[in-house]
Amino acid sequence: MSLDPSFIGRTYPAVAVYEVGREKIREFADAIGDPNPVYRDRDVARSAGHLDVIAPPTFPIVITARIAEQVIFDPDLGLDYTRVVHGQQRFVVTRPMRAGDRLTGVLTVDNIQAAAGNDLISTRVDVTTEDGEQVVTAYSMLVARGTSGVSSK
Amino acid sequence: MTTAHGCAAPDYDSVDEGTELPQIDIRIRRADLVRYSGASGDFNVIHWNERAARAAGLPDVIAHGMLTMAITARIVTDWVGDPGAVAEYAVRFSRPVIVPDDEDGAEIVITARVAKKLPHHRVRVDIVARCGADKVLSMARAFVVLP
Repeated sequence: MSLDPSFIGRTYPAVAVYEVGREKIREFADAIGDPNPVYRDRDVARSAGHLDVIAPPTFPIVITARIAEQVIFDPDLGLDYTRVVHGQQRFVVTRPMRAGDRLTGVLTVDNIQAAAGNDLISTRVDVTTEDGEQVVTAYSMLVARGTSGVSSK
Repeated sequence: MTTAHGCAAPDYDSVDEGTELPQIDIRIRRADLVRYSGASGDFNVIHWNERAARAAGLPDVIAHGMLTMAITARIVTDWVGDPGAVAEYAVRFSRPVIVPDDEDGAEIVITARVAKKLPHHRVRVDIVARCGADKVLSMARAFVVLP
């Protein structure tokens, strides 16, 4: 089954606010095995010029993956999630996420294509504070293996 | 996960194109995958259930691509000290990291070098992450602002 190309360019409205917690940042830093004190100690973070502890560079995925589910799990898109692997990921950072941030995000479908028997979908999530301050943009490309309907191995 | 590294904070004027960052080696075991699932909210069964991984056509349980991306970032953030200096970070997931159910798990060997000095104290760091003979990330790059 191929993906519905009419989804290209589709934008989803901003989602409910996610508040970044200090303990959530610590939990994530522990889970990636990173002892950097800037993720844990507000005084260290402040001396590095931040307003509070900051989150690791890939932490935004915690928020943006959930936002992207609006399209990924839309039955009309036709994506077979059991065949999906992560193809590419990019974060463009305006400023690091930090404890206390109240964030929302707008999801856009940048592209849908078929290549070598796979279905590819590229999405973008623009994350801002609830006041509209730009924080990070997350670009993701997901690959559904062997689902595009043309010959595949 | 365990790592060993040593570094001194770099500044823009002291780095050159070709400057190598201190290599880091990080071991991932099954318990790390469970912990990352919980912290990230990504509970895809192929990251913790061998039966489900095989049913999906994989040889065994594989690490979350985002976990590999996260630990690989450390070669840059350990080097600069302040992770807030990372302005952009991008990877392609070229090969899965297979994590067997044993004490050794999988070892990721991460190397990087300054590929380009850019205006406004920015540098582009090109990163390589390998697991055994496999290059598990390709086109892995970070843009970093140095003091």
